[in-house]
Amino acid sequence: MAHQVSHSAGAHAGSHAGEVHPEVGHVVPIKYLVGAGAALLVLTVITVAVRYIDLGEANLALALAIAVVKATIVALIFMHLRWDRPFNLLVLIGSIVFVGIMLAFSAMDVHQNSATMFNGNPPEAETVMQANAPGAPVAQFRSTNGGVGDTN
Amino acid sequence: MTTIQLPSPGALPDTIEGRPASDNYLTHTRGILSWIFTLDHKRIGVMYMWSVLGAFLLGGTFALLLRTELLTPGPTITDSADTYNQWFTLHGAIMVFLVIIPSIPAALGNIILPIMLGAKDVAFPRLNLFSYYLWVTGAVLCVVSLAMGGFDTGWTFYTPYSTTTTAGGVIPVLTAAFVLGFSSIFTGLNFIVTVHKLRPPGMTWFRMPLFLWAIYATAIIQVLATPVLGITLLLLIVERTVNIGIFNPSMGGDPVLYQHFFWFYSHPAVYIMILPAMGIISEIIAINSHRAIFGYRLIAFSSIAIAFFSFIVWGHHMFTSGQSALMNTLFSAISFSVAIPSAVKVFNWIATLYKGSVSLTTPMWYALSFLFLFTIGGLTGLHLATLSTDVHLHDTYFVVAHFHYVMMGSALIGMIGGLHHWWPKIFGRMYDERLGTIACWIIFIGFNVTFFTQFMLGSQGMPRRYYDYQPEFQVYHVISTIGSYIMAVGFTLTAISLFGSFFNGKKAPANPWGGRSLEWQCASPPPFDNFAKAPRVGDCYDFSVVHWDPKLGGYRVDESNDPEVNPAAQGTKAAH
Amino acid sequence: MSQTIANTHTTHADQAHGHDDHAHGHDPHVAHHFDSMAQQFDSAKLGIWLFLATEILFFGGLFVAYAILRMRNPEVFSYASHYLDTIMGGINTCVLILSSLTMALAVRCAQTNRRGGLIVCLVLTFMGAIGFLVIKYFEYTHKFHDNLVWGSSFYVPPHDAEGHAEAMALKTAPVAATAIVVKDPTLFAIPDLAAKPAVDVSAVKSASVGPSGMARANGTPAPEQAAAPAPGKLEEAHPGTHLEDTKLPPNTHLFFAIYYCMTGLHGIHVVAGMGIIAWLTWRAVRGDFSSKNFTAVDTGGLYWHIVDLIWIFLFPLFYLIH
Repeated sequence: MAHQVSHSAGAHAGSHAGEVHPEVGHVVPIKYLVGAGAALLVLTVITVAVRYIDLGEANLALALAIAVVKATIVALIFMHLRWDRPFNLLVLIGSIVFVGIMLAFSAMDVHQNSATMFNGNPPEAETVMQANAPGAPVAQFRSTNGGVGDTN
Repeated sequence: MTTIQLPSPGALPDTIEGRPASDNYLTHTRGILSWIFTLDHKRIGVMYMWSVLGAFLLGGTFALLLRTELLTPGPTITDSADTYNQWFTLHGAIMVFLVIIPSIPAALGNIILPIMLGAKDVAFPRLNLFSYYLWVTGAVLCVVSLAMGGFDTGWTFYTPYSTTTTAGGVIPVLTAAFVLGFSSIFTGLNFIVTVHKLRPPGMTWFRMPLFLWAIYATAIIQVLATPVLGITLLLLIVERTVNIGIFNPSMGGDPVLYQHFFWFYSHPAVYIMILPAMGIISEIIAINSHRAIFGYRLIAFSSIAIAFFSFIVWGHHMFTSGQSALMNTLFSAISFSVAIPSAVKVFNWIATLYKGSVSLTTPMWYALSFLFLFTIGGLTGLHLATLSTDVHLHDTYFVVAHFHYVMMGSALIGMIGGLHHWWPKIFGRMYDERLGTIACWIIFIGFNVTFFTQFMLGSQGMPRRYYDYQPEFQVYHVISTIGSYIMAVGFTLTAISLFGSFFNGKKAPANPWGGRSLEWQCASPPPFDNFAKAPRVGDCYDFSVVHWDPKLGGYRVDESNDPEVNPAAQGTKAAH
Repeated sequence: MSQTIANTHTTHADQAHGHDDHAHGHDPHVAHHFDSMAQQFDSAKLGIWLFLATEILFFGGLFVAYAILRMRNPEVFSYASHYLDTIMGGINTCVLILSSLTMALAVRCAQTNRRGGLIVCLVLTFMGAIGFLVIKYFEYTHKFHDNLVWGSSFYVPPHDAEGHAEAMALKTAPVAATAIVVKDPTLFAIPDLAAKPAVDVSAVKSASVGPSGMARANGTPAPEQAAAPAPGKLEEAHPGTHLEDTKLPPNTHLFFAIYYCMTGLHGIHVVAGMGIIAWLTWRAVRGDFSSKNFTAVDTGGLYWHIVDLIWIFLFPLFYLIH
């Protein structure tokens, strides 16, 4: 399938006068590499800064969005995917999609068993706490699950 | 221009492709070291084959012990229910991880895939050998776990039992499954790259034999699903050693999460087992019907479809694990849809048989057994995908019977069929066909006696994995046990017919069945690097050019009328 | 593992082949079963990408576990995240990004026949890996010192003088001795506690998973009773540790369990990456690499980038929870 695509087609993008060109693969220009590195550092600073601003639910979404942008930069520039065979990109995206499938189905039911889960600290943790830290605040009740499990 | 030199009619040639006819991959180099460090895909495949067959013998022995124990209610040959638990766990773990998963892809696939494709080897020969030694490591760890006190968790290692049981061998067997998983991943990875990158000119995707499509689909599952098993087992090992609590309800963890993880791998794993068998059946049926396979593209695409569907049905193993009604309904519906690509295959095989000139060779008998057994196994799967019936049938012998029809009646029968199909190619010897056919019939009868009875047992409420049972079930258990003995006889006869070929089998021709794909155009056994030059690739299901040649004692591909080979023949072939 | 993939092109020399008829004119860097350099290079690239896909699914399982635990216990994650050092995590992120950059430059040097540059870049990448692990080491030891660990040990007071004395006192108390549920004594960091008699955890497991989830094993008090410690006791407790924090949400140990699992597995990958970089450096010094033969640097580099890529997600998921 990919046999027809010629590698050399994309190789000239990295041309510099007097530079050796490999028969296969693609030489990424230095400005791309350094630019990508700088962008990643800047995004790291931004994502740390955003942590201290309260955006509610959006905090997680924003942090993940920045992480996705950073990952894309790494994949496309550092990992050559921008110039590589498309099938390799498909492999990367495919693997992420399958993680997504696993997450979607497993997470769908996340509150299904809440009624049968322990409120407060689980027994094994609690016995240890009781034994070792008598002053510790054991077994606080979760208010978030609306007392579903509080059937006793 | 043809690059395959047809043997001159008359006498067997002294040289094939410029080297002595006696030089093949078995005789190319000698000595035990030349096998241990071999990078040749055929030798690695042969080592896999013997290892897998050895593990099959072991797993089968445990199966016979189980069935014997169940002859009578209460103690029969052991008074310890714990011992019984260890037996069925071992039987399951060995058969799944050591036998069925590597049987077709790693053993037969390794031997046949590159030759069928027209390549000299798989893409990464060292990785291939490494994956074989990972298999060996896994097998050794299984034995170590036995020495350390065995394990009684069932092959599914469900938490929290697996993290709390006092059996000493749990961690070694978890490590074994982890290592075997990576062996499987590397095999799959190798095959994907081989199929993508090592096809010779002319071998387009839609000229690939269906066995290759099946192995390719399997490899996708191996690469995408098996890592999840790896991380699951790793978490389980950590859970058991340092009690992190992620799967442990008494630590606030979630045991159902373990089941999600486990079945995210283990449901696709079921298709790792069955898809390659389907590929073998496609080959056997087409070749022995001497007729182009019906619906080539549909069968090819259905393999890919099954591979994809396999990832989104795992919840049907968890209908009784407290899933929500929505999840149960979704998983049930998607599970039903797997029936579509499976049925596409079965109908296409039957359509291929229709009006074909069927040769009832031993592999063909296995293929026909497969058709019956897979249909029963597949259709009873629908009972289990139906929510309401599953609540009744869950964890009963009905489930046991269902997955044995698929795992053993289909995957293993397919594997044995493939072994008979390619045995002359691999070892260059013909086995006793009459004995092979009789053995196939005995296995078929024994199998049905064993497992059809279990459908009845299960629907009447006999739970699986129980050491003891109510006396009213005894008659079924006795019949089932007798069936397993019949099967044991059948497998013994199979072994005699195959091994006998080494002693009194006649020399196999290059093409004993009338195949058209590339492996039949290479000598039996194949030369060391398969093809000195890239072979010419034709339509692998066009049997009109395959002719019986009594002088060879086998079939011969005569492409002289093909305009691609012989431009002078343009006129005669134009009608096609 | 990626070594095995990257190394296939050296197969050629390993075995005597009987194929002289076609070996002439074969590039010495191309293994016997490949027709051309391009075919071999493409195969190696596809192979390593498939391996990286398995790595993503391998970590993917942990990411799913993280997501499930976080959905179940959102308060735990926003609470416990503050025990992690954002500055150290941020510095580590930068260190990994820079080492990724030097790795990418190393590939470029190999492609363009710059042997000196290749060695320098590989050494810098290796230094980055060491720097990452050193910072990680300081983070881990700090947490171990505060007993911010996984499992039951999370609920043992930190190993300071006061807590130690308390643990000693408890050791002699008969009630405490029987109440402790220990499957494996070694899971306790404190040797004194390890000496306590172990109680089979299976007893807890079977009895405690009732339909309402409230049944307790061994007559342990139900959470309602345990929930109200005497007010005086809180003031006696040593300030500054997580156990004295009245806002400590239940199940906080799960955050640290998944934290150690994910960063630990990532750390193992960093160590493996160091092995690969060291091997590449050795071969670079030997002069193996050139514009005709750089596949090993390229594939090893891809592995190193995926390690960086996973950390890019781990960092916000653990350190940056508001």
